Amino acid sequence: MADHPRTSSQTEFAPWTDPQAKPLIEFRGVTKRFGDFTAIDDLTLDIFEREFFALLGPSGCGKTTLMRMLAGFENPTEGEIRLSGQSIVEVPPNLRPVNMMFQSYALFPHLSVWDNIAFGLKRDRKSRDEIAARVEEMLRLTRLDQFARRKPHQISGGQRQRVALARSLAKAPKLLLLDEPLGALDRKLREDTQFELMDIQEKTGTTFVIVTHDQEEAMTVASRIAVMDHGKVKQVDTPARVYEVPNSVYVADFIGDVNLIEGRFTPTGPDRGEITYGAGEPPILAETTEQIAEGQTVTYAIRPEKIRVSAERPEDRSNVAFGKIIDIGYLGNVSTYHVELAGGQMVKAAMTNATRVERRDFTWDDEVWLSWRASAGVVLTQ
Amino acid sequence: MRRISWFNATSLTLGFAFLYLPMIVLIVYSFNSNKLVTVWAGFSTKWYGELFHNEAFLDAAWVTLRVAVVSSTLATVLGTAAAYVLVRGGRFFGRTLFSGMLYAPLVMPDVILGLSLLLLFISVGLDRGMLTIILAHTTFSMAYVAVVVTSRLVAFDRSLEEAALDLGCTRWDAFKSVTLPIIAPAVISGWLLGFTLSLDDLVIASFTSGPSSTTLPIKIFSAVRLGVSPEINALSAILIAIVTVGVITTSLVSKRAITKRQREENRAGP
Repeated sequence: MADHPRTSSQTEFAPWTDPQAKPLIEFRGVTKRFGDFTAIDDLTLDIFEREFFALLGPSGCGKTTLMRMLAGFENPTEGEIRLSGQSIVEVPPNLRPVNMMFQSYALFPHLSVWDNIAFGLKRDRKSRDEIAARVEEMLRLTRLDQFARRKPHQISGGQRQRVALARSLAKAPKLLLLDEPLGALDRKLREDTQFELMDIQEKTGTTFVIVTHDQEEAMTVASRIAVMDHGKVKQVDTPARVYEVPNSVYVADFIGDVNLIEGRFTPTGPDRGEITYGAGEPPILAETTEQIAEGQTVTYAIRPEKIRVSAERPEDRSNVAFGKIIDIGYLGNVSTYHVELAGGQMVKAAMTNATRVERRDFTWDDEVWLSWRASAGVVLTQ
Repeated sequence: MRRISWFNATSLTLGFAFLYLPMIVLIVYSFNSNKLVTVWAGFSTKWYGELFHNEAFLDAAWVTLRVAVVSSTLATVLGTAAAYVLVRGGRFFGRTLFSGMLYAPLVMPDVILGLSLLLLFISVGLDRGMLTIILAHTTFSMAYVAVVVTSRLVAFDRSLEEAALDLGCTRWDAFKSVTLPIIAPAVISGWLLGFTLSLDDLVIASFTSGPSSTTLPIKIFSAVRLGVSPEINALSAILIAIVTVGVITTSLVSKRAITKRQREENRAGP
């Protein structure tokens, strides 16, 4: 497929589109049960070298268990996990070329920043000079040079996060696991750190697997995202495709804001059809990528920012609906209008606030026209 | 400063008098020059001098010290190991039973513990002496160490150990280089507790000691049965002084460590 853009790097990076590429990590039919509870359910997944791969899902979806199986803290009940083609199921954590950055950072409180970073290198019986050189390199990479002699409780939360990163990168692992790495930081620091993480990932060329419940974080940093639910992977795709072409209602709803409209499908062509919903509304014209039977119940998913709000009936759009503004969510950069259609259906439409607030066009109880293109939304059958 | 009400003042005075009056009387009379303990005949430190020439007391003190050091050290090793397994060992068969049994010596009357140990030593043909006292003291001190270390381990962030494993440690390495240094304060206070209990113990030691080995508490107890001598008062005063200095030092040191840490954390920012 040609439509896999990777916008954040200069050269196109998409090994998952290359059938010849050998994945770094292969999950093959992996199931993990804790007693009666199935945390991971027959999961198959490939992760490629140099990827920044995000496992995204609500708490309890199995993403942490998946990561702990990569680190070696849990073993699959069934199935196989391979790293560079070799099964790692029987390999204990201390012998895996995999390192982990813990959610709590897990810095050793009795050791200085320097000794924390050197900890793993010392286990490898490297020479004193080699260790010192590597620690210095890590300190520079994470801009911690001045803090080398401090203890973890003597530095700030953001600095601790960087120590944890430096420590887990020091052994130059084939794979770095990051468990909610930015959860403890405040929003501003988190955004800066996201870009720093991407920068470090590109510099070191290490494969990163990040676990997060924050979809914005996953969208920002990841080359691909696996959206998980109840121990299953719902969709694995680039951030853009997960957002624009979700394959299920669950994914569409989990990532970002979305309008979900249920209706009955009537095909009007090989790749298009009409969705009838609510009495009195004209059917929605939509494009489809799969064959959907006549009369099947489908969910039409459309992002609020794809819907235009206007005072006059627009002539150039395939889909038009008339309604009344019930609520306005003002977020600064955008405003979300909650519009009630004549049939009672609520639709959210987001407009960028390109002008200052006093010049805004619409207010509560205004009657407006909503319009969108046939290609703006997706038709979901599951 | 707030003034305290007469009610609080009275209860404070009464409470402290109740606790400390006996000890004060003892210390005062240890400086009595009269051989009759209850009749004051002027200030003197001669009983302290005589104490240091009393071979029997010095021998007993030496035995007590050795027993306390060896038994509390053994108890610390065993108690820490037991605590680690009970907290970290997962849910193995009989875990609840084991943890219950570990606490039993804490609530068992000393007389029963002493008697059962005596019967055990006789039945296996072990001659009573310093070794049997050490074994007996290790038995009950271990339970105290296990309790102290368990409560520390429960609050211990498990991901620290996982991080050590992840960075290339074996389980034993991880325990040695991460877990032990962090729980060290609890292990040390467990040792101190065992040491103090061993110094204190009269009942169990009297069951398990032999003619060749008498501990200080036994010596004092048997001497007092023949009448309280001023020498005993002096000895007790010394013990009180040692304990007081020890308690005050540890509390000052730990308080200072806490305030230092808080200051550094405040300076480090969020």
